[in-house]
Amino acid sequence: MARKLPRKDVAIVGFGWTGSILAHELTDAGLDVVAIERGPWRDTASDLSITYAQDEWRYRLQHELFLRPAQTTVTFRNNASQTALPVRNFGAFMLGNGVGGGGLHWNAETFRFLPSDFVVRSHLTERYGADFLPADMTIQDWGVTYDDLEPHYDQFEYLCGTSGTAGNIKGVVHDGGNPFEGPRSRPYPTPAQKQGYGHTLFADAAKQLGYKPFPQPSGNLSQAYANPLGVKLGQCTFCGFCEWFGCANYSKASPQTTVLPVLTRKSNFEVRTESEVTRINVDRSGKRATGLTYVDSSGTEWEQPADLVLVCAFQLFNVQLLLLSGIGTPYDPQTGQGQIGRNFTHQTMSTATGFFDKNKYNFNPFIASGSIGMMIDEFNGDNFDHSKLGFVGGGYIGQVRTNGRPLESMAVPPGTPAWGAKWKAALRDNYLSSIICGGACHASFYSYRDVYLDLDPVYKDRFGRPLMRMTIDLHDNEIKMSAFLTDKYAEILQQMGASQVVKQPRRGPYDVTDYQTSHLCGGAIMGEKPDSSAVNRYLQSWDVPNLFVIGASAFPQNAGYNPTGTVGALAFWAAKAIRTQYIKNPGPLVHA
Amino acid sequence: MPSARPALAAASVWLLMSAASALADNIDKQEFEQIQHGRYLTIVGDCAACHTLPGSGHNFAGGRAIETPFGQILAPNITPDSETGIGAWTDDEFVNALTKGTGRDGKRLYPAMPYTYYTKLTHDDALAIRAYLNTVAAVRHPVNPNQLPFPFNIRASLIGWDTLFFTPGAFKPDPNKSAEWNRGAYLAEGLAHCNACHTPKNFLGGDKTSESLRGYALQGWFAPDITNNSPRGLGGWSADEIAAYLKTGHNSSSAATGLMAEAVERSTSQMTDADLKAIAAYLKDTPTQNENAGAAKPDQATMKLGAAIYADECSGCHTANGQGASGLFPSLKGSPVVQQTDPTSLLHVVLRGARSAATDGAPTGAAMPQFAWILNDAQVAAVLTYIRNAWGNNAPAVGAGEAGAARHALVERND
Repeated sequence: MARKLPRKDVAIVGFGWTGSILAHELTDAGLDVVAIERGPWRDTASDLSITYAQDEWRYRLQHELFLRPAQTTVTFRNNASQTALPVRNFGAFMLGNGVGGGGLHWNAETFRFLPSDFVVRSHLTERYGADFLPADMTIQDWGVTYDDLEPHYDQFEYLCGTSGTAGNIKGVVHDGGNPFEGPRSRPYPTPAQKQGYGHTLFADAAKQLGYKPFPQPSGNLSQAYANPLGVKLGQCTFCGFCEWFGCANYSKASPQTTVLPVLTRKSNFEVRTESEVTRINVDRSGKRATGLTYVDSSGTEWEQPADLVLVCAFQLFNVQLLLLSGIGTPYDPQTGQGQIGRNFTHQTMSTATGFFDKNKYNFNPFIASGSIGMMIDEFNGDNFDHSKLGFVGGGYIGQVRTNGRPLESMAVPPGTPAWGAKWKAALRDNYLSSIICGGACHASFYSYRDVYLDLDPVYKDRFGRPLMRMTIDLHDNEIKMSAFLTDKYAEILQQMGASQVVKQPRRGPYDVTDYQTSHLCGGAIMGEKPDSSAVNRYLQSWDVPNLFVIGASAFPQNAGYNPTGTVGALAFWAAKAIRTQYIKNPGPLVHA
Repeated sequence: MPSARPALAAASVWLLMSAASALADNIDKQEFEQIQHGRYLTIVGDCAACHTLPGSGHNFAGGRAIETPFGQILAPNITPDSETGIGAWTDDEFVNALTKGTGRDGKRLYPAMPYTYYTKLTHDDALAIRAYLNTVAAVRHPVNPNQLPFPFNIRASLIGWDTLFFTPGAFKPDPNKSAEWNRGAYLAEGLAHCNACHTPKNFLGGDKTSESLRGYALQGWFAPDITNNSPRGLGGWSADEIAAYLKTGHNSSSAATGLMAEAVERSTSQMTDADLKAIAAYLKDTPTQNENAGAAKPDQATMKLGAAIYADECSGCHTANGQGASGLFPSLKGSPVVQQTDPTSLLHVVLRGARSAATDGAPTGAAMPQFAWILNDAQVAAVLTYIRNAWGNNAPAVGAGEAGAARHALVERND
C-alpha cells in the first residue's frame, strides 16, 4: 500500500534534459515541482572528477553511468514471428541512469532538423508522388514546423552555449556553415570548435569534390561561456572522453552544467533520486492523471499526487509507463490501429575505415571532443534528388572522429591476424594514421508498420511489471540509403589520400549487440490527429490532458541528425505551451 | 451532535480573546522597521552561522560546536524560549551579553562569541537585533555551551583575558574619513567581525591588533590577508571587485571557498550593495605591512616537477597561463590566496578539494575535486611551489613535510 505524500502542482518522471528544462520553466512560472529520478544524484566534481573521469575501462566498458539490466531491461526480436528475449548487456544503445540522464553521457552534437523533416510525408509526396514511398512506411508530419520550433532551438542552443558556424541567418546563407540548414534567428552563441588534422583534411577533400563542409555544432564549448541563467561553462580541453563519460571540466553542456545550479536553488523545486516511478495514476474516468506512484531505494512505495504530470524519462520508458498505466490505446501492428508503441525508430549508422600511409599522415586521434569534426549535408533528408535512387531519407557524412581511446579506437587492415605479434605490429602501424569514425554516416531511420514497441508477454521487471518489447528490423529503404551514403564517404576518404578504404554499410538484420547510437525514437509520437499519435503538437496526451510526454518518444520518425537539439527545442516548446496556455486554462490545448 | 456546538463556539471566543490580549501586550515591541533592521543585522553578523545547528531546521536554537584552539564551545539557544533560550532576558541583559561579553548571571562569555567586535555596535542596533530575535520561533532546546577541558572551563580566567585583550566601547567614527569609510569600518570591525578570522591571534587567542586583517589559520584554512597589501592582500583588487566577491562569491579572478564561501552564502551576499561598497572602501584603506619584496628562490628541480604536474592535472581548468576562466576556474596568476605566506588553504584545496560559493548572482558553484589520493606529499608540495612562483607569482616554497602535516590534519577533521 503506497504512502500518500502531500500534493504538488507538477510531478515529473525522470530528471535528464527534458525534466530539468521543464522543471526550470515551470518553477519560474511559480509552480511547485517535484522530479522523481530512477538513478542517483550526480555532480561534476563529486562524481566525475578529473582525477578519474578519463577511465575507458570503468565508463566505456563497465558502463558505470548506465542503467543496469538487473534494474530493468527490454526484450528484443526482429519480427513478430520470433520470440523476444531479454537484453542482458546493453549494446545497440545505452540507457542513461541518474540525474542528467543521457545529457550527462552524450557526445553533445547539437543539431537542428531540416525544415522538410517536420513535414516529411507531405514534402516527399508532393515532390515524388503518392506512390513513391514504400507501402509499409508509416512516416508522418509532426504537427509542428521548423518555424514553430526555431525560437526554442535557439533557447536550447543558448542554454548550452553551442559552438558552431551558422549557415543561414534569417534566410541569408553564410559561407562556412551548413547551407542546407533552416534559417536561424542569430548566430551560435560561441564559435565553432577548433578542428584536428584529420577533420581539416576531410573538409579540404570534400571541397575538392564540390561539397560545402562545415564544422559540427558542438556542446563541447570552444570557449568559456555564461548562459542566460548565469551558469558558467568552461572551454573544452579536447580530452576525447565525451560519449559514455561525464565531463569533469564543466565544458560539456549537460543539465548539471547549464540548468541544475539555478534550479536546485529554488524553494519550489525538489528532486527525489533513486526512486523509480512504477505507474501514472489516473482517476476513474481515465481522463485525468492524479499523480505518480514510485518506489524508493528502501523498497517503500509512495504515491505523489499532482495536478500536472510530465513524463520525461528515456524514450523506451516513456512508452512503457503509458502502456503500464493504461493510458491511450496500445498499437496493433496487424490493424495499424492504436497509438502507444507505434513508429518506433532508431538511427541508421554506417562508416568506412581509411588507412593512410603512416610515413605521411599522423592524425593524433586522441585530440578530440564528442562533437568535433567537419561534415557535409548534401545527402541529408531531402537535400538531394531521390527520384532515381530507390530510397528516401539520408544523413550527414562527416569526419567526426570523437576519440583515440586505446581500448575502443583501434583498427587494423583486413587480413591482419586477430591477435599476436602481427596484430600488435599492425595496430602500432595504424593507430596514428587511420581514420576510424563510427558516426561517419549518420542517417535517418524512417518508421514502418512492423517496427514497434509493446509489453512483453513473458518477461517481467523486479516489480513484476512486463518489460518493454522491441520489434525492430532494418528495411530495404534504409539499407539502400546506407550503402549510398557509405559510398559517398568512402570517395571522400579516397580523396583525402587513403591508401585503403574498408566500407562498412549498415546491413540487416538489426543487431541489438552493435552500438548504433542511443537515439531511440517514437512510440508516443506527436501528430495532428488522435488516431495516429499519442500526443498533440504540444506533447500533451490526447487522452489525459493533464499529462505531457516529452522527449524523442514524440518523434514520428527519426531524421538524419542527432536528436538532442530537437528534444531540447520540444522541451522548451512544451514548456511555453504549458506556461502561456495550459496554466491559464487547464484542458486540451488542441481539440480533436 | 448539536450539543457540542455551544462548547466549540465558546472555545473559539476564548481563543480570539486571548490572541487579542497577547497582541495588546506586545504591540510596542512589534515595531516593523526595528525588527526588519534587526533581521538585516543578524545577517551581517551571521548569527545563524553559529547559533543554528545545520540541518536542524530550528533557527537560532543553538547547539553547533564552535571550534577554538582551546576546545569546543556549543553555541547557545538564542530563541525567545523562556527557559532554554533568551526569552526571559531583559533588553539590558541582552545588550550586555552582545557588546560586553557578560552573561545574564554575571559570568563572562567565552570570546568564541565575538563580543570583542560586537562591542562596536550602537545601542540602537543591539536593540534592533533583540527586537528581531524576539520574533523568531521559540524552541525549547537546552544547550550546555561549555565543552572546554580544564583549565579553560573555568570562566573566572576570562576576567583576566578581557582585561588583556578586550576593549569595550561603541565604534567612534573617524572625522577625517568619508561617511562610506566609516560605515565600512563600523561593519567590518564590528558586526561583520572580519577580524575574527582574518587577524592573527596571540597564544591566548586574542587579536594581534598591530597586525589587523593580515591573515590567520583556523579550522583547516588560512583566512588570507585582506589588507591593501599587494600581492598577498587585496591590493590588486578594485573596490568594485571586492564588493562583487562579497556579493556573489566570485569576481573576475577569484572564488570564495571553504569558510568564506559559507560567509558569502549566508551573510555578505544578502547585504546591501551600499554596505558592501563601504566595506570594500574600508578594506582598500587598511594599513598594511611593507614587506621586503625579495623574490622567493624555489629549487629548480621542484619547479620542473611542479610544472609537469600542473600541466597534467591542473591546466585543463586553470589553463596553461594560470588565468583560469573568469567566474568559473579561479586565476592562479596574481592570486592573493595562492601567494599567502601560509599555504594552509592551498593544501586544503588540493588535498581535499573545495566547492565555490553558489549565490543568486553567481549560481554555478563549481568545485575542484580532491587530489590527496593521486598526488603524494612531494608532488603536492612541488605543484604548490610551482603555482606560487610561476607567471610572476612570488611566495615561499611549500615543503613535503608541510603537505604531509596538512594531509594528516585534514584526515583528522570531521567537517
